[in-house]
Amino acid sequence: MDLFIEQTVSGIASGAIYACLALAVVMIYQAIDHFNFAQGEMAMFSTYIAWWMIDPTAGLGLPFIVAFFACIAVSFIGGAAIERIVFAPIANAPVLSHIIVFIALFSIFNSLAGFLFDFTPKQFMTPFTHDPLIEGIVSYHRAGMVLVTLVMLALIYVFFRYTPVGLAMRAAAAAPDSARLVGINVGMMLSLGWGLAAAVGAVAGMLIAPITFLTPDMMLGTLLYGFAGAVVGGLTSPFGAVVGGFLVGIVENLMGTFVVGSQLKLTVALVLIIVVLLVKPAGLFGRVVVKRV
Amino acid sequence: MTTTSMPGPMPAFLNENPKDRVRLLGVRLPLLERVLLWIMVVALCAAPLFADGYTVYEFGKVLMYALAVLGLNLLTGFNGQFSLGHSAFFAVGAYSTAIMMEMLGMPYWTTIVPAAAICFLSGFLFGLPALRLEGLFLALATFALAIATPQLLKFEGFDIGDGEHILSIAAITGGVQGKGLDTPYPPEWLNSIWLAATGDDLSVDRWKYMFTLIVVAIMFWGAWNLVHSRTGRALIAIRDNPLSAKTMGINTAIFKSAAFGVSAMYTGVAGSLFAIMDEYLAPESFTFAEAIKFLVGGVVGGIASLFGALFGGWFVLEIPNLADLMASSLADFINNPQGLTGLIYGLFLIFTVYVMPMGAAGLVQILVRKVADKG
Repeated sequence: MDLFIEQTVSGIASGAIYACLALAVVMIYQAIDHFNFAQGEMAMFSTYIAWWMIDPTAGLGLPFIVAFFACIAVSFIGGAAIERIVFAPIANAPVLSHIIVFIALFSIFNSLAGFLFDFTPKQFMTPFTHDPLIEGIVSYHRAGMVLVTLVMLALIYVFFRYTPVGLAMRAAAAAPDSARLVGINVGMMLSLGWGLAAAVGAVAGMLIAPITFLTPDMMLGTLLYGFAGAVVGGLTSPFGAVVGGFLVGIVENLMGTFVVGSQLKLTVALVLIIVVLLVKPAGLFGRVVVKRV
Repeated sequence: MTTTSMPGPMPAFLNENPKDRVRLLGVRLPLLERVLLWIMVVALCAAPLFADGYTVYEFGKVLMYALAVLGLNLLTGFNGQFSLGHSAFFAVGAYSTAIMMEMLGMPYWTTIVPAAAICFLSGFLFGLPALRLEGLFLALATFALAIATPQLLKFEGFDIGDGEHILSIAAITGGVQGKGLDTPYPPEWLNSIWLAATGDDLSVDRWKYMFTLIVVAIMFWGAWNLVHSRTGRALIAIRDNPLSAKTMGINTAIFKSAAFGVSAMYTGVAGSLFAIMDEYLAPESFTFAEAIKFLVGGVVGGIASLFGALFGGWFVLEIPNLADLMASSLADFINNPQGLTGLIYGLFLIFTVYVMPMGAAGLVQILVRKVADKG
C-alpha cells in the first residue's frame, strides 16, 4: 500500500508536466483545430534558450529567476512570430499541409538545438533543490513543479475568464466569423494563442529539464504523454487537459510499477490515446463536436 | 487547352488528377511517363556496372527508401490518410526478415514475401481502428505508434518473479544489442556469368543492389497497376470525396483498411531490404526520425505520384551528405553537422508546401505542360 501511495504521489508530480504540455496542446487545438506536433520541440528549444541565459561560461550568466521570465517572454514572441510567418499564409490549406509544416518545425527545432548547443546532455538548474521533501517519495523540485503548474493554471483561468483579451481569444476560437463582426482581430488572437502556448510549453520544459537533463530529444516522450493527457481530458476543455495530464502521470506510474514495468511506458501512452479516441473521442470533459456533412 | 488544374496559390496536395491528359508533342503523358520509366529503369540497372562499391551501396539505399516512401505515397497521396508512424511498419518488415533468417533458417530471398504478408496484416489491423480516426487523429495515433516503437522492440517481457520473464520481445529482436544477419552472397551461376563478362567476381554490394532493384521494380510495377486499376480509382475517389465514394457503392471501410495494409506492406518490404542490405538491425534505426524521413521524401518528391518516390528516396539520402559537405566547407562556424540535416529537411518541407505543393513530380508535370502548350 505504501508503494501505491508513493507511486501515486510521484505520478502527480510527473503529471504536472504532462498537464502543462496538455494545456499547451489544447490551447493550439482550440485556436486552429490542429495538434501542434512541434510543441515539445518548441518547449525544448525554449529551455535551451533559458540554459544559455543562465550558463556563466557559454552564455550570459543571468540569475535563474531573470532567465525564467526572459525565456517565457522570448518564447511568447517566438510562438506568435511562428504563427504570423509560417501559419498565417496557409491558414486555409488542407490538413496535410499543416501536418507537414508541424513536422518541418519539429525537425528544424530538434536539429537547430543540437546544431547550436551540441548533443551532449546538459544539467539544468532548479530553484527548488533536489533534496527530499518527504523522504523517498517527493523532492522539493517535484513539489515545486506541481506548485508552478497550479499557479500557471490559475493565471490562465483568470486570463480567459476575466480579461477582455482572454474573452476575445475564446470568441475568436469558438466563432471566428462572428468574432470578426464584433471587431475582434481574429488573426491577432491566433498569434496570441500561439504565443501563450509557446510560453506554457517553455515553463513545462524548464520544469522537466532538471529531472531529465537537457538534450534535443528530451521532450519526445513527454509530448506523447501531453497528447495523451489532452485526449483523455478532452481536446475542447483546458480544465480537462490539466486533469487528463495528472491522470496520465498517475496511470503511467502505477502501470509502470505494478503492471508493465518501466519499459513499456510509452506504449501505455499509445494505448491510452487509441482507446480513448475509439471509445470516447470527446474525452472525459470535452464537448461532443457534431460535424456537418 | 490544358490549363484546367493548374495549382492555385494554396497547396492542394490531394487535388492532383493522375488521369490528367497532358500532351507533349502529341504524346499523352501517361505514355511519356512510361517511356521515362523505362529510361530510368535501364539507367538504374546500368549504374552498378560502372560504379564503385560504395556508390552501388548508396544507390541500393536510394531504391530502398524510394520503396518506403512509395508506401506512404499510396496511403497519403492516393487515399488521403495520414501516417506519421510508418517507421513502425519499416521495423516490422526488417525484423520479420531477420527473425525468419535466424530462427527458421530461411535464406534471405525467401523472407520477402512472408514479411510482406506480415506487414500487410499488421497494417490492415492497425488500419481497422484507424478507420474511426479521421485525418488529424490518425496522424496523432500513428505519431504515438512511431514514438513507442523503439521502446517496444527493446521490451524484455513481464517480470513474473524469480528473474523469469514472459512475452519478451527483446528475446526475438535482440533488444538493445541489435541483431546481426548473414551476408547475402550472390548465387553461383550469376557469379560465373559476371566473372566471364567482366573478369571480376560479383561483389556482395553489387549483388545486394541487383536484388534490391528486382524487388523494387516489381513493387513499383505493382503500385502502377494498382493505381491505374478499378481499385486504385476507388482509393482516389475516397480521397477526393468519401461521401460520394460511398454513395457510388464503394465499401470505404474495407478499402481504407486495405490501403493502410498495402501501404504498410510497401514500407515493410523496404524494411526487409534494409535488413538484408545492412546485415544488422537495432531498435534505434526505427525512431520517429525515420518516419520523418519518409514524410520528407514523399512530400518533396510529390506525395500523389509514384515516381516522385524515387526522387524522394534520393533526396532524403543525399541531404545528409550535402550537410556534411556544407559543414566541412564552413568548419570554423559549424561544430555539429548532424544538426544541419534535420534543419535542411525542415526548410525543404516548408519550401515545398509553399512553392511546389505537388513536389518535384508536380514541378516536372508543370514544366512538361508548359512545353506542351508552346508546342
